[in-house]
Amino acid sequence: MRFHPAGALSAAPATAFDARALRAEFPIFREPRDTPLVYLDSAATSQKPQAVLDAMDRHYRTCNANIHRGIYAIAEQATAAYEDARRRVARFVGAPSPAEIVFTRNSTEAINLVAHSWGRSQLRAGDAILLTVMEHHANLVPWQLLAAERGIELRFTPITAEGDLDLVACAALLADGKVKLLGVTHVSNVLGTVNPVARIAQLAHDAGALVLVDASQSVPHFAVDVAALGADFVVFTGHKMLGPTGIGALWARRELLESMPPFMGGGEMIREVKLTGSQWADVPWKFEAGTMPITEAVGLGAAVDWLERVGMDAIWAHDQELIAYAMSRLSTVPGLRVLGPPAERRGALVAFTLGTIHAHDVATVLDAGGVAVRAGHHCAMPLHEHLAIAASVRASFHCHTTTDEIDTLVLGLERAGQVFA
Amino acid sequence: MSPGWDELFRDEILDHYKHPRNHGTLEAPDFTYEDANPLCGDRLRMDFHVGDGVIKAARFTGHGCSISQAAASMLCERVEDMTLEDAKRLSREDVLEMLGIELGPVRLKCALLALKTMKAGIYGMRQWPGEEDASHP
Repeated sequence: MRFHPAGALSAAPATAFDARALRAEFPIFREPRDTPLVYLDSAATSQKPQAVLDAMDRHYRTCNANIHRGIYAIAEQATAAYEDARRRVARFVGAPSPAEIVFTRNSTEAINLVAHSWGRSQLRAGDAILLTVMEHHANLVPWQLLAAERGIELRFTPITAEGDLDLVACAALLADGKVKLLGVTHVSNVLGTVNPVARIAQLAHDAGALVLVDASQSVPHFAVDVAALGADFVVFTGHKMLGPTGIGALWARRELLESMPPFMGGGEMIREVKLTGSQWADVPWKFEAGTMPITEAVGLGAAVDWLERVGMDAIWAHDQELIAYAMSRLSTVPGLRVLGPPAERRGALVAFTLGTIHAHDVATVLDAGGVAVRAGHHCAMPLHEHLAIAASVRASFHCHTTTDEIDTLVLGLERAGQVFA
Repeated sequence: MSPGWDELFRDEILDHYKHPRNHGTLEAPDFTYEDANPLCGDRLRMDFHVGDGVIKAARFTGHGCSISQAAASMLCERVEDMTLEDAKRLSREDVLEMLGIELGPVRLKCALLALKTMKAGIYGMRQWPGEEDASHP
């Protein structure tokens, strides 16, 4: 039995999972290189299985056409492929209807959509937005822009010494009823913390606030059911879930989407246009102005199929084994300090500092051994400031990651320690 | 071909990083400047004494990666006894030649922080002797 973020206990057998066999499905690992690629940066962007590349290639080769308007065979096929991708993504995250999935460029655009459309139409001076100190810049900067424009107060739920959200403080920050939106990341991209989003959503709803969950780091790794989360808005991005760049999604209840004004204006998002005014298309198309990344949506649909074939519970079980192994191995490296909670409350990533050695120096030594990690602030500068460090090194995993690769990481870290001793 | 462990950080870079030359601050510097690469967390302050148009002393303090700190150490060593005019003419190529390694675009910013800081100091200083801007710190 192992920890499952949705609260259930998963008993997926680890032996059924063959990371090496899955690895063979990723062309990037088959490229000839002097040093084998040890890719430990899936939290920045994931690698793509052959099935995703094939689906996009096939789409371009067989039915490339603009969607929702062409009165010819391949245009109808292209429209069907795009809307089929929406259906698959909706089913994958438990959305009751495909109309509740709005395609965006990525999570960042999805959050900007909510800030511009819902935020500008609903929030007034004196209202507050409650975020957390562990947010990615994507769930911080759009709200700063809105706050400056509208005279809205930003509040931040702090973290405990272990790197968990302080829910007592969160409840206190909600108490005066001024908070109209609570934004929280499902899994911290630095601390790895899996946040108790359902409990937080309950607190927020009790205080009269809507809830936006940044699921960029959770949807790629475990089964996320938007209905069960209790959130009002959920955003995620395709390129972190084995899909292509340029495609992401916003989920929100249909009535909520219908109540929101458009985000961007242009073609595709209208029903009727006159020179002096227009009527909007139905949701979700009302929010999809201009020609969308059609082939990327098809690629995301293929990624979802691939993830479902492997099984999200199996992927999560593999993640849990990897992170437990990594935490145990990293604890043997002299001077290494892990940021965030113990393995039991983590997603598939671990950020750390190594003595006083700068993260870029560590990453450069690792790179010479073929190990790709992220070094810097991982788009979470306020969190690094809170932790009083300039930068950290982050290793993140996915289904193709093996314990051998974690051993290679540890060897490289020991080497970095020697070089800069 | 990816570089081996030892070509990454030439011994000279590591030596300057671990045993920085000209480290510290100067009493009543003729010009001083502080700059940072916020994205990496590299930070430098450089102090200079100048007489007769010649840099008499150069010192730096700061923190950051080995490249940024070694480049500052090497640059301070290089510009002592150099005329201000020659110091102004130092280019990114000169800094890269001192470091003697290949650098990607991200690390390039680390390497050039010292040069940027020094030049900002030098050019900032030009306003003071003529008292055009007495309020300048």
